[in-house]
Amino acid sequence: MLPKIFFGYFSIAMIFVSILIITRRNPIHSILWMLVLFFHIAGLYLFLNAEFLAAVQMILYAGAILVLFLFVIMMLNLRKEVEVERFLGEWPIAVFVGGATLVLVIMALTTLTQGPVGQYTVEAIQAETHVKALGKALYTEYLYPFEIASLILLIAVVGAMVLAKKRT
Amino acid sequence: MNMPFPNLAPVTPEIILSIAAMLLLLMELVFKNKGVLALAGLIAVAVTLYVLPSSFGTTFGGMFISDSYSMYFKLIFMINLALTILLSLKYLQREKAECGEYYSLLLFATTGMMIMASARDFIVLYLGLELMALSTYVLAGIKRNDIKSNEAALKYFLLGAFSSALLLYGISLLYGLTTTTDLYKIAAQLQQSEVSTTLLLSMILIAVAFSFKIAAAPFHMWAPDVYEGAPTSITAFMSVGPKAAGFAVIGRVFYVAFQNVQADWTPILIGIAILTMAVGNILAIAQTNIKRMLAYSSIAHAGYMLVGIIAGTAEGQQAMMTYMLIYAFMNMGAFAVVIMLEKGDEIKDYEGLAKTRPVIAALMLVFMFSLTGIPPTAGFVGKFNIFMAAINAGYVWLVVVAVIFSAISAYYYLRVVMNMYMREPAETAAINPSPSLGLALVISVVMVFVIGIIPSVVIG
Repeated sequence: MLPKIFFGYFSIAMIFVSILIITRRNPIHSILWMLVLFFHIAGLYLFLNAEFLAAVQMILYAGAILVLFLFVIMMLNLRKEVEVERFLGEWPIAVFVGGATLVLVIMALTTLTQGPVGQYTVEAIQAETHVKALGKALYTEYLYPFEIASLILLIAVVGAMVLAKKRT
Repeated sequence: MNMPFPNLAPVTPEIILSIAAMLLLLMELVFKNKGVLALAGLIAVAVTLYVLPSSFGTTFGGMFISDSYSMYFKLIFMINLALTILLSLKYLQREKAECGEYYSLLLFATTGMMIMASARDFIVLYLGLELMALSTYVLAGIKRNDIKSNEAALKYFLLGAFSSALLLYGISLLYGLTTTTDLYKIAAQLQQSEVSTTLLLSMILIAVAFSFKIAAAPFHMWAPDVYEGAPTSITAFMSVGPKAAGFAVIGRVFYVAFQNVQADWTPILIGIAILTMAVGNILAIAQTNIKRMLAYSSIAHAGYMLVGIIAGTAEGQQAMMTYMLIYAFMNMGAFAVVIMLEKGDEIKDYEGLAKTRPVIAALMLVFMFSLTGIPPTAGFVGKFNIFMAAINAGYVWLVVVAVIFSAISAYYYLRVVMNMYMREPAETAAINPSPSLGLALVISVVMVFVIGIIPSVVIG
């Protein structure tokens, strides 16, 4: 019962906080609500026995990325929302498509049957500790995706330079 | 826990290309002449092509597979990359958009496509897709001072990120059902359980995400704006590369992972295919800008290729692959002509071209005929194969629909020809000939005729 209450609180709170993020007019308020969202996500990771991911979530997302967001917003000096006309005015279609998708998702999720239990059960991870299990998987089984991810990061750096650097 | 060192032979082409891309980044510091970088890029293509045939096999615990299917697509990517480099050389100087990272990003994007074609695991597939997409976003916006290029990059980036999110949601649902991301293990799992709503939702999300990449309707909205705004050489690259990579993963995912639920995904793809052919062909008629027209035409061609996938047979898959190869040559050729002309973005710029520049007009004529699908050009062979495969699989009505749309397409392709041959020129069109551009045009036009006259070079 207790885990269910715990999970229920975090997921419902996350939905509410997400709505708050996209409805605030002041971008600084949005960012601060996002901080609250990231803490809740970290809580959910802890609940799933993923303490390393929870720590990374706090340090990287809450610590580094959000500060970057704040810097950018302060540099742009956006006091309030920039009011521009919407690109698309067809909101009835949007509501219809969104609603239909929502119904489909709810239908799908109520009939979700869990597949067979995988290799990394709660017990297996508790026996090995989370960081060790994650590290092992990352450098053996998922070595190739790990290497591709490094190329993607390189592209991000090069791309930022190409688009922003002063050209002579 | 000891882990044996993975067998690197199957991934050698990808390793060579990514190392070459990184070397290009360093070479940019030394060489001020960007032609050296282009030449180095072409050498990288040649080396990759040389090692490609010896790279058969599966590696990294079955996450990566190099088979004849992926090899065919890698050949298309290499042709696409080589032709793009040839097109870019003088064009970038003219547009003053030269920058050293350009060729490097082209190589990285192609590496991503190759990883996609070889992925046997959803994680590898997704990362390959991101590698390709991120490089292409930057390339689309490489003309930084051009507001349309900025718009193209931003639009492509936002919609691409959106489609990535849909793909990840689909994959996560599939992972929840099967607890694996391996395509073959997913197929084995799905064989045991019955089709659930969750599986359908996951298939729809994955189909939608891939439709974004191949610019299939109703997820094509980005294509005309991005194709128009991006530098023309990148438009040529985007209209072939990411589309081929998208079809490679559609073929792999739907034929391997979802092979047991074929009856469920066929209707989804039929809907997308018909809508794509309709939107592409009908909206192309109204265009006055040739890059926008070619964007809608590339949407329409995605529809024809989807017909090959829908056939659901090995023959259909092969027809789709052949069509992609043919499409690479004829589309690249058409863009090469657009780049060749000093002012060639608007369709009315082509008025009377046959009088002032007969050779260029004749080349454009060949590519337009091939895109329409008129024999003896390659476009006819491609369409014929796709339609035969679909008829053999029992989709006669779908082929009838496709042929009708194909007939509509003749209107806008031949309008360019009509402008060139039956109108009086306003002035002599200025051209920008260069040896590399000429080489690209010669390769394209020769291949269009060779495949058109001797189809056996690409079939079987």
